[in-house]
Amino acid sequence: MEKELRLMKGNEAIAEAAIRAGADGYFGYPITPQSEILEYLMEANPQATTGMVVLQAESEVAAINMVYGGAACGKKVMTSSSSPGISLKQEGITYIAGAELPCLIVNVVRGGPGLGTIQPAQSDYFQATKGGGHGDYHLLVLAPASVQEMADFVELGFDLAFKYRNPVMILSDGAIGQMMEKVWLKPQKKRSEEILPWATTGKPASRPRNIITSLDLDSERQEKFNLKLIAKYREMEENEVRFEEFMTDDAEYLFVAYGTSARLCQKALQLARAEGIKAGLLRPITLFPFPKKRLNELADRTKGMLAVEMSAGQMVEDVMLSVNGKTRVSHYGRMGGMIPTPEEVVENLKSFIKG
Amino acid sequence: MAEVTFNDIIKPENLAYRKSALMTDNVMHYCPGCGHGTAHQVLAEVLEEENLQERTVGITPVGCSVLMYNYIDVDFQEAAHGRAPALATAVKRLMPDKFVFTYQGDGDLAAIGTAETIHTCNRGENILIIFINNGIYGMTGGQMAPTTLPGMKSSTSPYGRDVSMMGSPIKMADIVALLPGTCYVTRQSVNTAGGVRKFKKALKKAVQYQNEKRGTCFIEVVSNCPSGWKMTPVESNKWMEENMFPFYPLGDIKVPAE
Ligand SMILES: Cc1ncc(C[n+]2csc(CCOP(=O)(O)OP(=O)(O)O)c2C)c(N)n1
Ligand code: SF4
Ligand SMILES: [Mg+2]
Repeated sequence: MEKELRLMKGNEAIAEAAIRAGADGYFGYPITPQSEILEYLMEANPQATTGMVVLQAESEVAAINMVYGGAACGKKVMTSSSSPGISLKQEGITYIAGAELPCLIVNVVRGGPGLGTIQPAQSDYFQATKGGGHGDYHLLVLAPASVQEMADFVELGFDLAFKYRNPVMILSDGAIGQMMEKVWLKPQKKRSEEILPWATTGKPASRPRNIITSLDLDSERQEKFNLKLIAKYREMEENEVRFEEFMTDDAEYLFVAYGTSARLCQKALQLARAEGIKAGLLRPITLFPFPKKRLNELADRTKGMLAVEMSAGQMVEDVMLSVNGKTRVSHYGRMGGMIPTPEEVVENLKSFIKG
Repeated sequence: MAEVTFNDIIKPENLAYRKSALMTDNVMHYCPGCGHGTAHQVLAEVLEEENLQERTVGITPVGCSVLMYNYIDVDFQEAAHGRAPALATAVKRLMPDKFVFTYQGDGDLAAIGTAETIHTCNRGENILIIFINNGIYGMTGGQMAPTTLPGMKSSTSPYGRDVSMMGSPIKMADIVALLPGTCYVTRQSVNTAGGVRKFKKALKKAVQYQNEKRGTCFIEVVSNCPSGWKMTPVESNKWMEENMFPFYPLGDIKVPAE
């Protein structure tokens, strides 16, 4: 398969990109609005071409634990779900983080709490960026804002997961999962045949047995391990922060928004500028690590920042921590599957400016 | 007659049983008389005799045998409580030429992990599930398990298991035997030399069936938990024979057609 231009849904782009990235396995369970990922993979049947395993598990709990098993063999494995299913996966995710295994988890977020709605939302930000399950850990979180990024972040996500031996999450939402856009797909990569030195692939005489576990009953050693994890997260903060800026050069007021919200803030930005408001936008691409430093710099020359999210206000807390009181910060959001219009975002910016 | 010393007796040629080369020298944490240690030794012997070290991936549970990876010298993954069959599913699917087994207690396999157990067996994953049924939660201090016998006392059934309130013990081997995905389901024990020999034979069959890709093999070991049952090892074995074996009869439940 060559590089190819296709019109696809975000969910389909993830599935096709996974095959082309040379993924070894996908384990999933149906849930709206992301079932197309599993459906696409089942229809594409990559087992017959690349050898990629695709399996419908009996639950999200089983699916994430299959990911654990596959990742522990050093394989490129992934799962996807939407909010209620991601809650079920939290057990597996913390074990994966605790065992330092690489994998990719996709959350096509819908509104909650509980069964909530099947419409898009960004209300899983805390869960994604602060750990989600028990214990001190972080996922590396990528937030796509287009179908192209849905595709691109699959390979990037796998690369980062293996670089840090840490689970990576693509935090998307029902809008990006369902919408169709043009997408450039990369050529087919061969699946890796490399046997990783730490992986459980059967013990040859040449090495001691490999044990993948998140358990250490010795508190001193466990604390050392916790410190090692923290050092890894600091390294991510040094090397992996990604973001995009729009009209920040002369901006007096800054929107901070990711994913779908960032797209509508781009439109809101134009409307605000047309009305003479010097607005700008910072779009975090990695939500963990968060573009703290850059926001702190921008805080020196902005009069205020408005975090726009489809949630009750989650990322806004990271914006506040980033600017550390240097500038005013507020939040505007809709919930329950409602997507704000650019016009209402501008209205909200205006009242924020008035104070 | 000259006095016979310990060292005169313990000689390789006199030993009916030897320590498997795949057993490490780590000191086991199991309580005296516990069946887990014996089951490990037999499994290690089979892995050694079948030359499986280089292609074995074992999955340990949460339960007393969580640290099994310290005792048998093969690659291991430690699963979350009840999830071992899900891990094993992926390992086997991604590396079909490996020998893959899970080793799970009754709380792990028949309570929190029931869904994973049933569906792994139903898909007929080519793995071996070793199920240590001691009728109790050993690790957490002797609470009621799904397999605890009617009337049996535990720390969470202090007046005895009342089946009208707490349900009846689950016979997992009989349940999974009903699923087309399982090819070999058997119930064994390790409290006597004869039991050990039969368990070993069952393990060897399971290796063969896995090599032949016949489906899921499920070997239950009806075992003891002297600490959880609050008995001496000898008492616990007697109690097991008198109470556990009648309820969980030993022997093959399902064998593949030749
Ligand atoms: C999610 C979760 N719930 C509960 C526990 C606590 N826990 C540890 S072992 C165990 C029961 C083990 O019993 P069993 O599987 O029968 O193994 P045994 O110790 O008897 O061999 C429980 C409930 C846990 N570790 N994780
Ligand atoms: S608590 Fe029971 S199962 Fe656990 S090691 Fe002791 S005797 Fe064995
Ligand atoms: Mg038990």
